Amino acid sequence: MVTISPVSQKSAQIRFILNGEQTDVSFAPYKTLLEVLREDLNHTGTKHGCELGECGACAVLLDGKPVLSCLLLAVECNAREVETVEGLGANGTLHPLQDAFADLGAAQCGYCTPAILVTAKALLDQNPHPTRDQIREALSGNLCRCTGYLQIFEAVEAAVLEIASHSKST
Amino acid sequence: MPEQKSPPGGKPNGNDGDLRVIGHARRRVDARAKVTGQTRFADDISLPRMAHCKLLRSPHPHARIRSIDISRALAHPGVYLVLTGKDLPIEYGILPVSQDEQALCLDHVRHVGDPVAAVIAREELTAFEALDLIQVDYEILTTISDPEEALATPTPRIHDYGDEGNIHKRVALEFGNVDQGFAEADEIFEDTFFYQGNTHLPIEQHASVATKDPDGKLTIWTSTQTPHYLHRALAKVLQMPPAHIRVIATPNGGGFGGKSDPFNHEIVVAKAALVLDRPVKICLTREEVFYCHRGRHPVLMKFKTGVKKDGSITAMHLQTLIDGGAYGSYGVASTFYTGALQTTTYHVPRYRFQGCRTFTNKPPCGPKRGHGTVQPRFGQEVQLDKIAEKLQIDPADLRLRIAESSNAVTANFFRLSTVNLSECIRRVVKSSDWREKFRKLPEGHGVGLACSAYLTGAGLPIYWNKMPHSGVQLKFDRGGGVTLFCGATEIGQGSDDVLASIVAEVLGLDTFDIRLYTGDTDLGPVDLGSYSSRVTIMAGNAALQAAERAKALIAEAVAERLSVPVERVRFAEKRVFDSAAPGNGVTFTEAVCLAEARFGTIGTVGSYTPPKSPALYKGGGVGPSPTYSYTAAVVEVVVNPVTGWITVPKIWIAHDIGRALNPTLVRGQVEGSVYMGLGEALMEEQEFRRLPKKLSHALVHKFPSILEYKSPTSLDMPDVFTELVEEPDPKGPFGAKEVGQGPLLPIMPAVANAVYDAIGVRIDEVPITPEKIMKALAEKKAGRAPRFGPSHFPHVEWPEALRVPPPWEGGDGNAINDVPRRDKAKPEQPHKSRTPEKDQVLSS
Amino acid sequence: MMRLPLFAFRAPRTLDEAARILHGEGPDAMPLAGGTDLLPNMKRRQQVPHTLLSLRQIDALRAMRFAELGARLGACLTLSDIASDSRFRNGATALAQAAAQVATPHIRNMATLGGNLCLDTRCNYYDQSYEWRKAINFCMKKDGVTCWVAPSSPKCMAVSSTDTAPALMALGARVRLVSQSGEREISLTDLYNNDGMNYLHRKPDEILAEVLLDSLHDWCSTYWKLRRRGSFDFPVLSVAAAARFGKSGAIEVARIVIGSAASRPLVAEEAAKFLVGRSLTAETIAEAAALAARIAKPLDNTDFDMSWRKKVTAEFVTYALRELRGDDVSAERAAITRMPSI
Repeated sequence: MVTISPVSQKSAQIRFILNGEQTDVSFAPYKTLLEVLREDLNHTGTKHGCELGECGACAVLLDGKPVLSCLLLAVECNAREVETVEGLGANGTLHPLQDAFADLGAAQCGYCTPAILVTAKALLDQNPHPTRDQIREALSGNLCRCTGYLQIFEAVEAAVLEIASHSKST
Repeated sequence: MPEQKSPPGGKPNGNDGDLRVIGHARRRVDARAKVTGQTRFADDISLPRMAHCKLLRSPHPHARIRSIDISRALAHPGVYLVLTGKDLPIEYGILPVSQDEQALCLDHVRHVGDPVAAVIAREELTAFEALDLIQVDYEILTTISDPEEALATPTPRIHDYGDEGNIHKRVALEFGNVDQGFAEADEIFEDTFFYQGNTHLPIEQHASVATKDPDGKLTIWTSTQTPHYLHRALAKVLQMPPAHIRVIATPNGGGFGGKSDPFNHEIVVAKAALVLDRPVKICLTREEVFYCHRGRHPVLMKFKTGVKKDGSITAMHLQTLIDGGAYGSYGVASTFYTGALQTTTYHVPRYRFQGCRTFTNKPPCGPKRGHGTVQPRFGQEVQLDKIAEKLQIDPADLRLRIAESSNAVTANFFRLSTVNLSECIRRVVKSSDWREKFRKLPEGHGVGLACSAYLTGAGLPIYWNKMPHSGVQLKFDRGGGVTLFCGATEIGQGSDDVLASIVAEVLGLDTFDIRLYTGDTDLGPVDLGSYSSRVTIMAGNAALQAAERAKALIAEAVAERLSVPVERVRFAEKRVFDSAAPGNGVTFTEAVCLAEARFGTIGTVGSYTPPKSPALYKGGGVGPSPTYSYTAAVVEVVVNPVTGWITVPKIWIAHDIGRALNPTLVRGQVEGSVYMGLGEALMEEQEFRRLPKKLSHALVHKFPSILEYKSPTSLDMPDVFTELVEEPDPKGPFGAKEVGQGPLLPIMPAVANAVYDAIGVRIDEVPITPEKIMKALAEKKAGRAPRFGPSHFPHVEWPEALRVPPPWEGGDGNAINDVPRRDKAKPEQPHKSRTPEKDQVLSS
Repeated sequence: MMRLPLFAFRAPRTLDEAARILHGEGPDAMPLAGGTDLLPNMKRRQQVPHTLLSLRQIDALRAMRFAELGARLGACLTLSDIASDSRFRNGATALAQAAAQVATPHIRNMATLGGNLCLDTRCNYYDQSYEWRKAINFCMKKDGVTCWVAPSSPKCMAVSSTDTAPALMALGARVRLVSQSGEREISLTDLYNNDGMNYLHRKPDEILAEVLLDSLHDWCSTYWKLRRRGSFDFPVLSVAAAARFGKSGAIEVARIVIGSAASRPLVAEEAAKFLVGRSLTAETIAEAAALAARIAKPLDNTDFDMSWRKKVTAEFVTYALRELRGDDVSAERAAITRMPSI
């Protein structure tokens, strides 16, 4: 049983997998995963627009599923796997979703983009050939004020084709 | 910049095949940073020893501050500093005529959320908790909640300046004999409309980090669209030499006009950093962003329009009553904007405009996408739909008949450049299958059409000066590197990509070869900011000039080396070569070295100043632009007759862009505008709650949250079919005009017109909600006018109108009844007569 | 950035231990499941528990068991677990539809069934930050005395905004409440109280552990939700309906529950009684819809105009009953939910 008393010092500690890497971090126990990622681990790719679960900008993958890091106590992430935008690419190359978003105008200001990317990745991991409607629904928890979403949908669809052609060729 | 007959950068009818960067759909230069999460927004910046700031805000809508006791907060463990109004007493504001804000209210709070004190602590949580330890003694004043109340309640005054009582600004302009125009009309239409206020809601909350540099100077990183104006405000309030202040506009996580004012929190962290000699950060909560606001003004409008049987307009009289909120902000400009652009879409030969902005005890309104022109555009386009019906003319045909034409000068002396409104209309009529749908769809289904025009950059700066509006410096190094420096601010719209693409095109490079330093007052020449759709044309033309100057130097050196006439030197594919023998050439890197050897270090500059406007009358500074964009849209709706529930399945839109520098980004701006317009049309409202007066004086934002302020989700977005109309405009770089704002404007009226087509009721108010549709249907059922909207326009004591005869009545752009001004006779220098820092009210 | 207040954190591995802690800590402790309701409330200082008792480590609360006679659903199953499980179809469709329409996909991956059933009542005067609430001198539900929705009201008028409760009530669900002194099983309908402050008949030391459903063989059910947008928004009106039809096509048993129209989900008993023995003709549906709509008492403390919410209640009941009859109402559903998959 985890028991932590109410102090603001970095008295809480977890060990978890962050973007494939075992990570130990100490933090003030009132902090959410969002705060720990940004403030204690310098992973500022994950953004925030309300901290109340109302915008989706802080989405990360927890054990592969999109969740809101602003509503997740960091103390509850011990031994879990967390993936953020920083973990999307590999060895200096972009994930096909990142390439498609960059090429097709899916990122305007880029602020909601990290959360949308990880959410879209979770969708494609689970459903490699989503329909437009399934993409719409999967991204319905991510507000974007710039794009009107359409170029985002198109980018996800382009990434689907790219991933499919890549898996065929290998 | 010299007068140019052809579009700068390319001939108007030039061979587009020659362009290798411009006009091609490309990955934007900052895309990689954005998709990897590496774009550094203001709140992503963290510095050693950084402290955190929270603001104590007024819980009262209107009160005097009797005293503030900060002792308990200051004694709280972890608190470093507490600031109050006494520490920052100097007033500031975006417009020289409205210096009415204090970073922390000294003795008067004007809305719930007005900042009163700041706590700076080691941790943000500590700062937040310490706020509750500050004791403020308030004396409650009468709350003024809307313009009618403001008109009826001259005291207590929310500000001790302004036209009278709680009226901030009243204006009246008359172009031609309007009464005569009405007398010549076959039909006269009078309609009252209301446009509710709404807000920008960028997903990034405003954030700032300030630090005292090792040499004692100040640096602030902040999410601002206008670093230059913030720079000026900081210098004024902090009483520091501007040269000791560096403002770095971090890429904005969305702006839409909401980050265009200098903000109290920016000044507070700057002061705190100077006092503490350590970095201080603030990141606003979403609720606080609603208190910054500067969003769309709620506007009540009355349109009186006279028309001939063929639809041509004989005269128009527009009155606007504007809810300004608690501060001036851009309000004087906003007021003029509500009357400025009526004449730029359709030919209006005689025009009278009266506008009145009042102060109220709510967060200040300001410039939101389409600044001030969105509300009257709604009224005008809905009224045109009514006119078309009465005259039995198809609304598309009516607009085609009266659309303005290229190079016209309007009744209020705005000089248009290219006008492709008619082509936009024809495009959407065709793509939407309008002729088969309008008045022909089954009950509950409908289509509506509307149009708009918007500025491509405000013709005048916010403060009076004769300097350029934008400057660019280019630096060339021996490795072939090109570095661009410009004050332009990337707010997501793609300004960095615009600059890179222009330089790359001119010099035969790839956009990714250009290194950009933008939005930094230390590094780049001034650009006035990302507002009024001005960056592409102004910073773009400045970049073009700098690139052309560099090209000339490099071409001369290369011509010498190749022994060919300089006219034959071409730049393409990172080479500089003889166009007659393309094999004969050097790499771009070699070319730069040749030029450096020939001329010394290579660096060039470019700048841009908009052309002088013929609108010389007072108030004529708001609305002129080098050129205007045009848009037409058709919206399809489905309305449930039992519940009033509205669905929008499809939107067709055509935008007169001049030339799309990067079609991917242009389409993104169009679709983003449609999205935001649809939100305004259907659901977005900056609404306030007044508690029962007997029990409370409270006037609060009804729901300052991103949950209850309704921004459409991915499931609410319809399919959008976008077409770009491209006729390169002589004023724009490579012919480009604006796209960031104009396409928003036709959406709201097109929805209203579609609802009428679907179900036969007029919703003369935005947003258009199921409740309002049901109320209008009930009116219809009861045999009354099938309409929901405002019933009256209150009495306003209008000042005598400035009378300006339009060009066709022999006018010269001056008012005939204005007090004489010194330099009126010199039209080529029309602004000399203005009093610096007094009279200049422009833009966004 | 909004910050949580300080709290002590306990994360037991068994339900017994959880019950013991909750008993020992008293009302200052609050169970934490998905956190999507409690943590925002804590950030706004609507609730400031001294201790958070996380239920996430208790495996038993995430079990889902189906048997011939019914189903037992652990309270910590996520709403995604339920929305995506094909066993919640036909008889239990209403539950799957309700779960699938809660908030957003991300929140459904976190939020739990038990959490949604215990969702704090909502109100535009209450779901605000500490500073905002201070500006209205607070309200009855937290730190104040007046219910600003109805200033003369002796009780709080905050709105029950759970999606799954109306659905599960229509399905006749029961819940198992566990405390240190024992456990009890009550009808879900009896869990709720029409008072915005004391909206649950759950004692502070009780943990809602399981939801129990009888076999829904031969039943059909549906859930209709009104909200402004296709996602994010809480319901501002909902209708859950379930019925079992006899061989003649007449209704044998029906349940209609109206959600988000009071401080608890409202059972439309008269309407349900009226339906028994009748076939769902247009006239029957209209009459039942009018009876059901009569009990809805929306107030001005949610999104949308309250009189309009009242006005469309009958239409929403009509949609539900037409759907139970077998009508194709997919166009209406698509227009309202904007979610193609629902």
